[in-house]
Amino acid sequence: MNNHSQTSKHTISALVLDKPGVLNRISSMFRRRGFNIASLAVGQSENPDLSRMTFVVVGNNSVVEQVTKHLNKLIDVIKVLDLSSENVISRELALFRINSSSQARSEIMNLSNIFRANVVDIARNTMILEITGDEEKIVAFEEMLRPFGIIEIMRTGTISLKRGMDASTSLPQPKERKNQSSWGEAASV
Amino acid sequence: MKLTGSQMVCESLIQEGVDVIFGLPGGAILPLYQTLPEYPALRHILVRHEQGAAHAADGYARATGKPGVAWATSGPGATNLVTGIATAQMDSVPLVLITGQVTRAAIGSDAFQETDTTGITLPITKHNYLVMNATDIPRVIKEAFHIASTGRPGPVLIDLPKDVLQELAEFKYPETLNLPGYKPATGGHPSQITKAASLINQSNKPVILAGHGIIISNAFNELKALAEKAQIPVITTLLGISSFPEDHLLSVGMPGMHGVAYASLAIEESDLLIAVGMRFDDRITGKPSAFATNSKKIHIDIDPSEIGKNIDVEVPIVGDLKIVLDKLNTKIKPNTHKQWLSQIDELKSNHPSLDIRDTKKLLPQFVIKELWEATKGESVIVTGVGQHQMWAAQHYQYTEPRTWITSGGSGAMGFEVPGAMGAQVGAPSKVVWSIAGDGGFQMTMGEIATMVENKIPVKFAIINNGNLGMVRQWQEFFYKKDYVATIYKNNPDFTKLAEAFNILGIRVTRKDQVKPAILEAMEYPGPVIVDFVVEEEENVYPMIPAGQTVGDMVEEPRTTKAKL
Repeated sequence: MNNHSQTSKHTISALVLDKPGVLNRISSMFRRRGFNIASLAVGQSENPDLSRMTFVVVGNNSVVEQVTKHLNKLIDVIKVLDLSSENVISRELALFRINSSSQARSEIMNLSNIFRANVVDIARNTMILEITGDEEKIVAFEEMLRPFGIIEIMRTGTISLKRGMDASTSLPQPKERKNQSSWGEAASV
Repeated sequence: MKLTGSQMVCESLIQEGVDVIFGLPGGAILPLYQTLPEYPALRHILVRHEQGAAHAADGYARATGKPGVAWATSGPGATNLVTGIATAQMDSVPLVLITGQVTRAAIGSDAFQETDTTGITLPITKHNYLVMNATDIPRVIKEAFHIASTGRPGPVLIDLPKDVLQELAEFKYPETLNLPGYKPATGGHPSQITKAASLINQSNKPVILAGHGIIISNAFNELKALAEKAQIPVITTLLGISSFPEDHLLSVGMPGMHGVAYASLAIEESDLLIAVGMRFDDRITGKPSAFATNSKKIHIDIDPSEIGKNIDVEVPIVGDLKIVLDKLNTKIKPNTHKQWLSQIDELKSNHPSLDIRDTKKLLPQFVIKELWEATKGESVIVTGVGQHQMWAAQHYQYTEPRTWITSGGSGAMGFEVPGAMGAQVGAPSKVVWSIAGDGGFQMTMGEIATMVENKIPVKFAIINNGNLGMVRQWQEFFYKKDYVATIYKNNPDFTKLAEAFNILGIRVTRKDQVKPAILEAMEYPGPVIVDFVVEEEENVYPMIPAGQTVGDMVEEPRTTKAKL
């Protein structure tokens, strides 16, 4: 494999048919080709027959190129976009269960206010906090909570959309798709 | 019109132009079998092992260009197809495979002969389906044939629960397809084609590296036109053999691990590599970072994921070769490349590679060459995998497309018997020779019975060295001649085996017996086994050890005098 650049995290979005087994086809392809997924989030799209997936993939540019090409090759995958270099909004939701003695509660709530996190559950010695943001924010919040004692973390994985009016991750109109002959354009084989 | 699922399968296959199915019955697929007599247009060939069915469908597809069809029952029937499916996937062969499955209610309960067939075949098919309603059968079959045979072809599997085969539903064969996620690019990007043409027009030392894609795309004439217009020498990959006539002045043969030295050297010397319908397999490139370092590269393939996978290229073009080469040919200027062609001639005479040493012993290379002469190069050759395969690639001259059928990417020993059976079914007017290894032959020889039963007159040339020869060669080169588990001490008497199958068997041990045996075999009306008992420790040369470079090539024997 060619080494064009340093290994880093890349965000890829895919529009796929909402059918049984699609996630299996995709994860099987990642496993077989040795691609490394840092996170994966799936949910329904604006079209009830289609799901949108966001992958965060670790690798250099040529790895990401191969990932997008192999995703495109799958019959049930309709469109793939590499969002790494785009102007995108990325968000993740995380839940933290932490130790919280009664003395520590106000300090934790202060921290939560700074990070715009919410207290969603409270028990005698523990709390659950909810936070939304990009990965850096969630990691920073986790660091601040660590001294109190983190019991459990649950994260959704990153979801991303491109900024602005250009809804380029939506299903192209039939007319547009006729121009798929250009090299590098989404085309399955 | 209401039909059962089984009837729908048969109707749909007829709609797709299927005329032959290779298969073997079992409980889950039985409803389909019991429906077959209603459809005399569908010829069923009952194999002895499902691996034979899959390889036969593969041989049929490669000989005809049409999708091959094989079916089997659930569980072991389906798993026995797996080697054949993986072979077709690696070599881009269009297959449609149908498997029976346990009833819908039993799926997931570890029922008798239940296997997760779509799960097992997911990574080795182009696409697969588990059909849960009979109404979906016509659409799924239409999609399966379309997906299998277009773009980069490959195997598509359809898993059908027994009660879906029995279910009654309305049958209507769809006229259109709705596959929003499947749109193979075919035309090639115009500005990329222009760039490629200008690289070709500027090049002083171009070579074409032609692969299986030329044959799949039926682009022989376009390839020939490109080569002749600008006088560009043509090198073919293992699966690209027969895409360009080997008796042509511009033909340079096969490069790589066991390719001719002058082809590998020509790639190294070239300033432009025009790779068409090939995928820079490791057997071609050796060490990728040291491959063709002096050349710019144009890569034309219908599969975008092959571009930049193993080798970086300057001009990538995604498209169907027949269309792209046709456009490219209008943009390239005529050229003679006189100096370059004479340089290649020089390489050929300095590195003969294909000389057969003069000895009284019966050499396998000699057998292949005699076979070529006796058949006038007009046979369809099907091989197994190993030394005999490489000698068959080297010493037989192929001039017509689809006359060379071999398991390349997956390297499946045992392909030679059922693969040849399928090729003969697809090309009934041709003489089909299976050049077999004694090892591979014994893996699938049960299918000889199928051939006798169905009057499929394949001629078998067993290159019998009593060894797993290629593995033994690796042990000789890389494991200090420590021949662990590569020597068969008790091979059967293949002529007696022929007798048991009630066909002709001939044993050949001397050089002078070779040609008469070949001619006798071709005169015999049915299948024939010719057992060529050849020199045991013969090696395939040249050899570039795995992962190494042209500089590491073992070329010996260089001349006819060496190694007498």
